[in-house]
Amino acid sequence: MTKLAPLKSQSNVKLGDTILEVDNLKMYFPIRQGVLGAAKPLKAVDRVSFNLGAGETLAIVGESGSGKSTIGRAVLQLLKPTDGKVVWMGNDIAGLKPRAMRKHRADLQIVFQDPLASLNPRMTVGDIIAEPLTSLYPKMKRTEVRERVSQMMAKVGLLPQMINRYPHEFSGGQNQRIGIARAMVLEPRLIVADEPVSALDVSIQAQIVNLLERLQEEFEMSMLFISHDLSVVRHISHRIMVLYLGNVMEIADRIELFEKPRHPYTQALISAAPIPDPDKESSKKRIILEGDIPSPLSPPSGCVFRTRCPRAQSKCTKEIPELAGRGARTDRKVACHFPD
Amino acid sequence: MSSVLSVNDLTVRFATPDGEVKAVNNVSLDVDAGECLGVVGESGSGKSQLFMAVMGLLASNGKVGGSAKYEGTELFGLNMKDLNKIRGSKMSMIFQDPMTSLTPHMKIGDQMTEVLQIHKGMGHRAASARSAELLDLMRIPEAKKRLSQYPHEFSGGMRQRVMIAMALLCDPKLLIADEPTTALDVTVQAQILDLFANLKKETGTAIVMITHDLGVVAGLCDRVNVMYAGRFVETGDVREIFYNPQHPYTRGLLGSMPRLDEIKSEHLSAIPGQPPNLQDLPPGCSFQARCKYRFEPCVEDPHPGLESIGKDRMKACHLRGFSKDGEALQ
Repeated sequence: MTKLAPLKSQSNVKLGDTILEVDNLKMYFPIRQGVLGAAKPLKAVDRVSFNLGAGETLAIVGESGSGKSTIGRAVLQLLKPTDGKVVWMGNDIAGLKPRAMRKHRADLQIVFQDPLASLNPRMTVGDIIAEPLTSLYPKMKRTEVRERVSQMMAKVGLLPQMINRYPHEFSGGQNQRIGIARAMVLEPRLIVADEPVSALDVSIQAQIVNLLERLQEEFEMSMLFISHDLSVVRHISHRIMVLYLGNVMEIADRIELFEKPRHPYTQALISAAPIPDPDKESSKKRIILEGDIPSPLSPPSGCVFRTRCPRAQSKCTKEIPELAGRGARTDRKVACHFPD
Repeated sequence: MSSVLSVNDLTVRFATPDGEVKAVNNVSLDVDAGECLGVVGESGSGKSQLFMAVMGLLASNGKVGGSAKYEGTELFGLNMKDLNKIRGSKMSMIFQDPMTSLTPHMKIGDQMTEVLQIHKGMGHRAASARSAELLDLMRIPEAKKRLSQYPHEFSGGMRQRVMIAMALLCDPKLLIADEPTTALDVTVQAQILDLFANLKKETGTAIVMITHDLGVVAGLCDRVNVMYAGRFVETGDVREIFYNPQHPYTRGLLGSMPRLDEIKSEHLSAIPGQPPNLQDLPPGCSFQARCKYRFEPCVEDPHPGLESIGKDRMKACHLRGFSKDGEALQ
């Protein structure tokens, strides 16, 4: 195997340095109701702020419609944020034009949920994985492209001799490996993994989780891991951000979040996730939330969670709770008027 | 206790242009009155097709062999009229996707009363009242008003409640639930599982829970059958399956699940490879290619049959078993 030079010059970013800062991010979609009705904003993501360190995995968890995928896309500028800052290695990239974004693309990559749907069925696996390289490094020699592709295939657990096959010839788990190879071939500093294992069977899911962990260690990349599955999140992430209806409810280190959740929604979410252990499962106290997530077109006043919250009081209908730490703590924050 | 459903040596084959698919191979099971049986397996393990066959709902290229009896009545070969007296009324099934299981252009009330009018010969008013009663039981607020709404006016969780209510209209003795919570959010899944638990306690309906999620099984089921490549590979009491698994596949499944109740700093113990192609099963054990305990008989001998290893406890594996410390015994 030929030794390939790293694609990028070494940066002076050390593990743990903040590489991504998201500040007061808002993502509103105008929705017109009826023919003559005025457009009303659907607040998919509202006032979201967080940091991400080099080599760190931050999980974004929430139920469907909580805005978790939208945050991932707004960070990558696949969607233009309505307001707020996305500071990538010192530069605010929010709202950059596609051409200006190109120089950051090699650093910011994404892996999608549905592996087959996110791969072009008419391209060979080799071409799919090579496309980011040929598009961002048009002068790269074809032999080098091919070498990089087959080395990356080997790294993600695909046999390099499968390079000329098509996506439909692979299983779901293998297609997800192809998607990961395509994202990794540029040696990015950040991967947004949008529900990368939720479409896979349990035994295959574990293979992909292990692969992502191994790649992260090897390439020292950061990861935004978007998921609804708390068990996977607890396994893979360093910190966790809990979303509800586009708002951050709580953000904390993974151990603290699971051992001492402070927000009533986090507590309900944790208690709702089934544990594969009959004794624990039958003896644990389950907090059953009533009803469904309200429509984001007409979110509740005050705290968005109050309509399902067992602790809601009149203050919750009037005032929006700020996301704040207790005392001097800035790493652990909760948005609730009556947190634990 | 008497069995509500008794399946014997059931096989399901599909004729496809690429050859015959052996979806279910010689499967037997009994469901007793009032119990909850979990059938666990990954996609393509045959867990759904097994019960689609029991309900007479196989696709037209599917062929079924063996026997399935509902309270002693053989279901296979029964004429449509008699079969319809049993399914939908004494034995009903709910599916994963509540949206595609409901007719989009019919009001919920009409879809529900239809069942009662056909199966029970009830009048419209009585049927409506009974429908509202069941929606109420499923904790759907303003049940009466909801009857005149269409499926798209319900959320995903609400639709699944409607499906369960519909399945319960005629007080079935057996409810077959095929991944009923897979399409739902966690907090909604918790609501639905809570409903199932109450159902089990209050009505004595036997439940078959088909799922890929061992977490769902742990809280609800009394017994568990683990399925792989169209066969049961291990069966037993739920606590036995979780605390003393004897088949390498069951052990692998449990090991590959990340857990909410404990942090493992090391990697998950994934099962390598992928399930075999059901058109072309290897000779010998169908799990051999992924099994880390494989030895000669697994390749050379025919697929191991289910053998009893204790009270209501069976496994299909050439290994003698596993010691308490997890050591494989040949």
